[in-house]
Amino acid sequence: MAYTLLLAIFAWSAFSLEDTSAKGVLSLLNIILLTVPLVSVLFTTIYIYNSAEFVELLTSQPIKRTKIWISLFAGLACSMSMAFLLGAGIPLFVYAETTLSIIMVSIGILVSLVFVSLAFFSASITRDKAKGIGVSIMLWLYFALLFDALVLFLLFQLSDYPIEKMMVGITASSPIDLARILILLHLDVSAMMGYTGAIFKKFFGTTTGMSIAFLLLTLWIAIPYLISLRIFRKKDL
Amino acid sequence: MIETINLNKRFGKLQALNNISVHCQSQHSIALIGPNGCGKTTLIKSILGMVVPDSGNIIFKGKNIKKDYTYRNHIGYMPQIGRYPDNMTIGQVLDMIINIRSFQGALDEDLIHEFGLHQMKDKRMRTLSGGTRQKVSACLSFLFNPDVLILDEPTAGLDPIASEQLKEKIILEKQKGKLILITSHLLSELDDMITQLIFMQEGCLIFHKNIDELRAETGEDRISKAIAYILKNQKA
Repeated sequence: MAYTLLLAIFAWSAFSLEDTSAKGVLSLLNIILLTVPLVSVLFTTIYIYNSAEFVELLTSQPIKRTKIWISLFAGLACSMSMAFLLGAGIPLFVYAETTLSIIMVSIGILVSLVFVSLAFFSASITRDKAKGIGVSIMLWLYFALLFDALVLFLLFQLSDYPIEKMMVGITASSPIDLARILILLHLDVSAMMGYTGAIFKKFFGTTTGMSIAFLLLTLWIAIPYLISLRIFRKKDL
Repeated sequence: MIETINLNKRFGKLQALNNISVHCQSQHSIALIGPNGCGKTTLIKSILGMVVPDSGNIIFKGKNIKKDYTYRNHIGYMPQIGRYPDNMTIGQVLDMIINIRSFQGALDEDLIHEFGLHQMKDKRMRTLSGGTRQKVSACLSFLFNPDVLILDEPTAGLDPIASEQLKEKIILEKQKGKLILITSHLLSELDDMITQLIFMQEGCLIFHKNIDELRAETGEDRISKAIAYILKNQKA
């Protein structure tokens, strides 16, 4: 609830402070790429740990463990997506163009899901609540801040070499960057990204590129979740 | 009914279960006793599938439980410490578990009435005392009229009246021919409830005997004294 409200406040104020909707979308984008992952990953991790005893009770009932884990995921994924849809979706549809808002909302939801899934992963690898939350925060820190720094560092170090194609590959290894580029390309600000931007545009701008990017995001949801499912099925409670 | 074959489980350095093979038949009420940390709860949790043993098999009604989770339909489990979602009411918890089990037959609501839980169905779990939570756990384990009852320290934390009511209920179910597994440290309580005894120590099975046999062997009438007698002779 509080999260929906927070997102709504961010979104409305972003649009009312900026004079053009494009700028509003940009500031909203940054908020989405920082807070959405953080809230998704933290809330989910804490929720999983708090319901540990309850999950224990459920395992003594005749239900498959897989089913318990899937229901837990479905519940959390739904609430996080709903929060995003209500908080950020409504102002987007009011202020920005429809196609852009559709893409932005779907990407926002995908990013939420990716981080819910990462939270499941970190909650399943350790029993200790503090450690689990620590892993979650580290993951967020890495993807939201460190990864960009690393990429920038690489860019400067290797600026004499033709690494533009490689950059596309590197982007795929961070869900947040993937989301950012997908949205930026629809904002006509990719010109600001120079030659690399052009390469991105060439790659991600096409329908195949777009679908590949979406597919990659889906993989980012599926893989951590499936790993956590494997762990959970064999875990001692 | 329940058979464990060479069950092994290790938690780090601790060997919680060491080659445990027991055969629990229906129509028996079996007490699982032993000092703290001897693997009683681990054994129960393995039977329930909450702990996955390192090696060994558990056979329930002729089926290996690894492949089939539906066997838990026949088990009522009362945990040592029951934890439930804080913001649900007693009624909601009961309804939810009934829902989960998609149970069709007649519910056994005797305990709910005896404990007076139906009068506080709208109380939230967070506001309940430890004893009342135990009552909820007890009601849940008996609710579905299961063939097997697994009770982990059932009377711990219950007031004398409630634990007497629970004991009567256990004896009643025993007479119906169910398999009942109880762990307890209060040996004096067990006297009139059980027919067999499993004694464990440091993850090993020491013995599994009928009560009558045990009484005859030791010449003692009370379980607590019989156990003490055996332990003394073991050391000597």
